[in-house]
Amino acid sequence: MGKTLFDKIWDAHVVRTIAGGQDVFYIDKHLIHEVTSPQAFEELEKRNLPLFRKEQIVATADHNVPTKNQHLPIEEPLSRSQVDKLTENCAKYGVELYGLGHPYQGIVHVIGPELGITQPGMTIVCGDSHTSTHGAFGTIAFGIGTSQVAQVMASQCLLLSRPKRMRITVEGDLKPGVTAKDLILYVIAALGTGGATGYFVEYAGSAIRSLSMEGRMTVCNMSIEMGARGGMIAPDETTFAYLKGRPFAPQGERWEEAIAYWQTLYSDEDATFEMEYTFNAASITPMITYGTNPGMGIALNANVPSQVKASEQVSFEKSLQYMGFQAGESLLGKQVDYVFIGSCTNSRIEDIRMVANYVQGKKKASHVEAIIVPGSKQVEQQAIAEGLDKILAEAGFELREPGCSACLAMNEDKIPAGAYCVSTSNRNFEGRQGPGSRTLLASPLVAAASAVEGKIVDVTEYL
Amino acid sequence: MEKFEILRTSAVPLPIENIDTDQIIPARFLKATSREGFGENLFRDWRYNGDGTPKADFELNNPRYQGQVLVAGKNFGCGSSREHAAWALSDAGFRTVISSYFADIFRGNALNNGLLPVQVSDEVLERLLVQIEQDPETELIVDLPAQQLHVPVWEKSIPFEIDPYKKECLLNGYDDIDFLVSQKEAIETYETKRVWVY
Ligand code: SF4
Repeated sequence: MGKTLFDKIWDAHVVRTIAGGQDVFYIDKHLIHEVTSPQAFEELEKRNLPLFRKEQIVATADHNVPTKNQHLPIEEPLSRSQVDKLTENCAKYGVELYGLGHPYQGIVHVIGPELGITQPGMTIVCGDSHTSTHGAFGTIAFGIGTSQVAQVMASQCLLLSRPKRMRITVEGDLKPGVTAKDLILYVIAALGTGGATGYFVEYAGSAIRSLSMEGRMTVCNMSIEMGARGGMIAPDETTFAYLKGRPFAPQGERWEEAIAYWQTLYSDEDATFEMEYTFNAASITPMITYGTNPGMGIALNANVPSQVKASEQVSFEKSLQYMGFQAGESLLGKQVDYVFIGSCTNSRIEDIRMVANYVQGKKKASHVEAIIVPGSKQVEQQAIAEGLDKILAEAGFELREPGCSACLAMNEDKIPAGAYCVSTSNRNFEGRQGPGSRTLLASPLVAAASAVEGKIVDVTEYL
Repeated sequence: MEKFEILRTSAVPLPIENIDTDQIIPARFLKATSREGFGENLFRDWRYNGDGTPKADFELNNPRYQGQVLVAGKNFGCGSSREHAAWALSDAGFRTVISSYFADIFRGNALNNGLLPVQVSDEVLERLLVQIEQDPETELIVDLPAQQLHVPVWEKSIPFEIDPYKKECLLNGYDDIDFLVSQKEAIETYETKRVWVY
């Protein structure tokens, strides 16, 4: 019987299987950041364990960093101490750090791919749930807790049970104005926030194939929002073209060998999945969320549901109350106060180009505060090199320095209580963007249009 | 890690579905570099008003509800991988969370910290929540060796599942790191034959 892409990679990383069925599972790359690593380093110290494979770890500072004046010391004392701790730990253990001021610094899930650290067939972990992003390259990539960060530091392995496999196939062409973000919000709305719990998802089908690497990363990024352990897409010519020439991608003869191996990474035709879903790309329209979990997404021009399953009634009412919306109403015309374009979901160069292209010659509404936080220093530099910073500035959008920023509001980029923010990030949980903040998840295109009009509009009417 | 065997306690109900880790411990409290002290900010924005006064209608502030078990709505712990969520629950004195569904990463994090996730059916969860609301002193017995949740007033035991390896770890207070480090030889052998050396 054929094997799935997932199983091909999984099997290649099993060191041994122990009684009870769990696998000692080998990790090729371990990405770390300032928030979930200090307690892991502390654990090593406490147990007097060495770092097992320091050359397989890459560190960056992203969650806590300010997005203004990164050349100055961090003002907030707790954030500064966390970033300092990371610097100290990396120096002590000899880990490569792309910290503030480094030309490679950025959100951990943006820099891995853009530096060519992320490659097909690998296993990648990070103490961050959106590690699923890297699956876009045909890797098994998933988020882990801090205890597991310590385990990988100590052994380059984890003890895991193999998850079940799910395939989500999206066939056909996406309509104009419909982006990868809409595609994944649509899928999550269909499956629900727990719809893929226990599964590892492979995305397939012509609509997925025709996405750029950036788009594929957006899709895989949000796999976790339906409970999946991770998401992945078989590598193809698009993947290889993206990786070629990147700083850590294989070169010369090694490149040829790599390609030969990567071309074996796909699900065999007769491979079976425990669960399969198929969607039609043509049914997808620009999406937005109305509630407080990413599964509460609707088409922009549809209404908030007027009824939900009995078991969901309490959370539904609670979330509408929090958001200040009514069951059954349309969101079109609702005032928007903030627009945040950024996060590991949508902060890559293609996203910034999409926004710049839309806002060129337009101006944001005067009551809206619009910030764009690039995913990495490299994205920022590229945007400047292409003159996008000027277009954005003319339209009243502020281009900041890279980091997670208002995606989780650990730094000073917070949305005030009660304010509405159209955000290209991945979570609309209560208080995610600051206590009392109200988040509406959408694509960069919808976010740009909301900023310009100052309210929620059907972007397709403005294209 | 603290050992877990048999826990006898009353419980605190939290009948909300999809409780995400941002509610369990909001991101702005993740700036510590050690594992201690997160309990203070457990469910921070549900538990306290902006000015720091407790919200009277939140279950954890209700003196009727005490105990080391949290009984929460379906899909508990979704969202971020932050282990701080498990640390905060433990730090606040919880040793078990009962729900009808747990997010994968949270489940793993809980188990790695001696916090036992007990998954029951939707019906049992519903009944438990009603029972506790009616009688907050209802005693629950979480029996890990027997993998049973006893509800003495119902004269009923509900079996629950746990990975046999994880069960051993909890019973003995071991964690994966000791085991993995003991596998060093096998890991080094594996490394010499990796399919594609990155
Ligand atoms: S951008 Fe947001 S989701 Fe992505 S890693 Fe940072 S905090 Fe997590």
